[in-house]
Amino acid sequence: MTDWTRSTAAELADALANGETTSVELTQAHLDRTAAVDGAVHAYLHVDAEGALAQAEASDARRAAGSPASRLDGVPIAVKDVLATQGLPTTCGSRILEGWIPPYDATVVDTLRRAGLPILGKTNMDEFAMGSSTEHSAYGPTHNPWDLDRIPGGSGGGSAAAVASYQAPLALGTDTGGSIRQPGAVTGTVGVKPTYGGVSRYGLVALANSLDQVGPVTRTVLDSALLHELVGGHDPRDSTSIDQPLPDLVAAAELGATGDMSGVRIGVVKELSGEGYQPGVLARFEESVELLVKAGAEVVEVSCPTFVHALATYYLILPAEASSNLAKFDAMRYGLRVYPDGVDAPSAEEVMRATRDKGFGDEVKRRIILGTYALSSGYYDAYYGQAQKVRTLISRDFEAAFAKADVLVSPTAPTTAFKLGEKLDDPLAMYLNDLATIPANLAGVPGISVPSGLADEDGLPAGFQVLAPALADDRVYRVGAALEKLLADQWGGPLLAQAPTLDGVAR
Amino acid sequence: MTDTLLTYDDALAAYDPVLGLEVHVELNTASKMFCGCSTVFGAEPNTQVCPVCLGLPGAMPVVNGKGVESAIRIGLALNCQIAEWCRFARKNYFYPDMPKNFQTSQYDEPIAYDGWMDVEVDGETFRVEIERAHMEEDTGKSTHVGGATGRIHGADHSLVDYNRAGIPLIEIVTKPIRGAGARAPEVARAYVAQLRDLIVALGVSEARMDQGNLRADVNLSLSTKGSDVLGTRSETKNVNSFRSVERAVRFEVQRHAAILAGGGSIVQETRHWHEDTGITTSGREKSDAEDYRYFPEPDLVPVAPTRDWVEELRATLPENPTARRARLQQEWGFSDLEMRDTVGAGALGLVEETIAAGASPQAARKWWLSELSRRANDAGVDLVDLGVTPAQVAGVQALVDAGTVNDKLARQVFDGLLAGEGTPEEVVEKRGLAVVSDEGALSAAVDNAIAANPDVADKIRDGKVAAAGALIGAVMKEMRGQADAARVRELILEKLS
Repeated sequence: MTDWTRSTAAELADALANGETTSVELTQAHLDRTAAVDGAVHAYLHVDAEGALAQAEASDARRAAGSPASRLDGVPIAVKDVLATQGLPTTCGSRILEGWIPPYDATVVDTLRRAGLPILGKTNMDEFAMGSSTEHSAYGPTHNPWDLDRIPGGSGGGSAAAVASYQAPLALGTDTGGSIRQPGAVTGTVGVKPTYGGVSRYGLVALANSLDQVGPVTRTVLDSALLHELVGGHDPRDSTSIDQPLPDLVAAAELGATGDMSGVRIGVVKELSGEGYQPGVLARFEESVELLVKAGAEVVEVSCPTFVHALATYYLILPAEASSNLAKFDAMRYGLRVYPDGVDAPSAEEVMRATRDKGFGDEVKRRIILGTYALSSGYYDAYYGQAQKVRTLISRDFEAAFAKADVLVSPTAPTTAFKLGEKLDDPLAMYLNDLATIPANLAGVPGISVPSGLADEDGLPAGFQVLAPALADDRVYRVGAALEKLLADQWGGPLLAQAPTLDGVAR
Repeated sequence: MTDTLLTYDDALAAYDPVLGLEVHVELNTASKMFCGCSTVFGAEPNTQVCPVCLGLPGAMPVVNGKGVESAIRIGLALNCQIAEWCRFARKNYFYPDMPKNFQTSQYDEPIAYDGWMDVEVDGETFRVEIERAHMEEDTGKSTHVGGATGRIHGADHSLVDYNRAGIPLIEIVTKPIRGAGARAPEVARAYVAQLRDLIVALGVSEARMDQGNLRADVNLSLSTKGSDVLGTRSETKNVNSFRSVERAVRFEVQRHAAILAGGGSIVQETRHWHEDTGITTSGREKSDAEDYRYFPEPDLVPVAPTRDWVEELRATLPENPTARRARLQQEWGFSDLEMRDTVGAGALGLVEETIAAGASPQAARKWWLSELSRRANDAGVDLVDLGVTPAQVAGVQALVDAGTVNDKLARQVFDGLLAGEGTPEEVVEKRGLAVVSDEGALSAAVDNAIAANPDVADKIRDGKVAAAGALIGAVMKEMRGQADAARVRELILEKLS
């Protein structure tokens, strides 16, 4: 019997189209896999077996009637818990939203439902997407399928781990400073942050509105392209969404998969390498660049001097926006409500204070305080205002670099997966994980992370990042797919084939 | 605690009042500023809400184009510059009736800025400079239940209705208004009244102050006479009639003056206006000024009205108020004094509508400026809020012209209209107010009057026609007012010629 959980989404779509399987069969297979391994991985905060199977049945009925809703109709998917799902809990990994069931669907979730993808469940994440390890989830960390004692990256560790441990062929993530790409890198999976405005944010519980973007989390570049094409495009409910057609991403992935890179200029960003990067990560990166060159690419070194200020800029803009976004969690209308101890007939203000004190974790509080400070009268110009100026400079560095190269490349994250708890008490060390991914968010450009191999010193996956100019998302798919193909030829299969099977890990 | 007041004259002898007015205009768009919810007034609480205006996690705003259009038209009518590019900003503060705990507003990039409006006070024109007009959303509405005052302190719980949350508002802010002197209260009143006329003419709001469509905040400070230095201001919130605007300014002038004259200093604070007692009381202090942490709303793209669009909208503007007053005076044949009184009573639009409904200019003016102004004054409301419509006034005048009622009976018709007894005709019918046109009864009453006043009758026979008045009075008394005085006079003269 075929183990459908090992198939890619594209293969599942073909199998469904050819009548080799049913959506119910493969949805059940993934639910069974979750039952077997998620006790150890903890990728999901909520599994909706009943709902997923009902959607699968409906999908099979459409197939039987000869009218599938989309190419991916019937292929199940996991959704990061930061996206509003009507009738399904949406906690954002926070106590403060415990028990909240949204009365509406995020646009991308609505798109999934209309396209017939059964929603398996909601995946774990750092609270309100603040973190790079999923350890800041109020509901406990997710474990890296490569080594259960290690972090799966963050904030979207749940989505990446679900895909890496074959609990879902596809997942949606969100990327504010690397939350799709960095988990992709440390779990040996593929993740894409689309161009800002390329995918609707309506229903994405905002961390930092000007940086957030929804994107695909998958095991292959082609699967990411299929999912990206499905959820991408203009949404009138998101004013920041771009009102023009997406480039042909699937075609770009297929072109890349020929392994021919002739005529493509690859810019290696000087500032996104060297000090602070683990030797094994750098080694895999350099080998990947060589492979692309052998396949016909031209390599140039580019310098983006303002990138060294990206982290500081990000940690002013993000907390500023977040501090305002999170103000709505006040116990008045939904979510957690905590009455202060020992106060008789507390006022609304006292209930707000007690709820926010109990409901938010330390990292969230830290960023609310940072952001409130950065926006305060008398400090605004020095912090938030200044950060916006640097942001403009970073965009200009990208423009200059893209004049010399079609895509820019770097390691996705400076290290492989670290041990759970290792950086929990050192926020700055945690923040450094996103050193290479943050510039893309600040400039709104698209980026992909594809596996580049295992680091020699620890045998854990490393990621290769490809960045392209805004709206040229097709380029990251072409280069990403080419590298994926060239490396698979070397390895004799996908990197994930080397991951532990997790058989018998269930607690 | 009762505030000590200086007399108004003493206050003006020592200080120059400086005014600042902030008027919120609720637009009459069909949907809210950032979502598709209905804006109809008076629906069941929390029925006109959605994820966006409830601020549910993940929901995002979309700008209402009609709201922007109205904002631009208001800006143009106030002679403002219209921004080529502007943004919304978040005004951050916590309050249970504000779903997101920030208000989407505009900060340093308003849609309209640097304008003016000429305000007429007692026939003189006073130019009020406009600082800005910006777009924002309304908050929900809290009702505090229990407790004596209806305010949050002392209440045992509060109810919040979010139907109002997200309704589009335009906030119009004046520059400091100096040089009004003793006329500051009248200037403030006239500004708000004429701004309302303008808003009505633009058709962008229902502009009902009693329903909160138009809300005024009155800022006042005093400068020592002859000094350029601005004093500390107080901000009296939600002053919701023209009359109250005038009274609130007057009260604050006297209150500030008493404090300053006593060597004290003014506390910068918000104050509440009490319509019933005509005083203000302290609200929250603003001494450690609130920090709203404004920053550009990242979920919205900038608003960049094209110049072509702005010019198209300019072409839709109603006549400017000064030209309109001149034209109406000409058309109606009013004297300068009549026109000034009409404007001063806030009756220009009412008179215009009454004339449009069929009344003569003089009749329309007469009713609004005498009988109805008196009633409004007695009731302590603005003329527009009295509850009589221009169409009804025209209807009453038509009954007078037809001889169905006389002026005295017409006043009773207004009683019936205000009591909600239907149309003027219905009131006449129900109350039996029609003048008696039965010639037999009238003739008998005239005979009785002549018989009872033989000496008066003789004078009339001798040609002293003016004496007829005494007989008319006697006839009207017998007819209990329900007779046409002109016809009575005719009958008397016929019988005694």
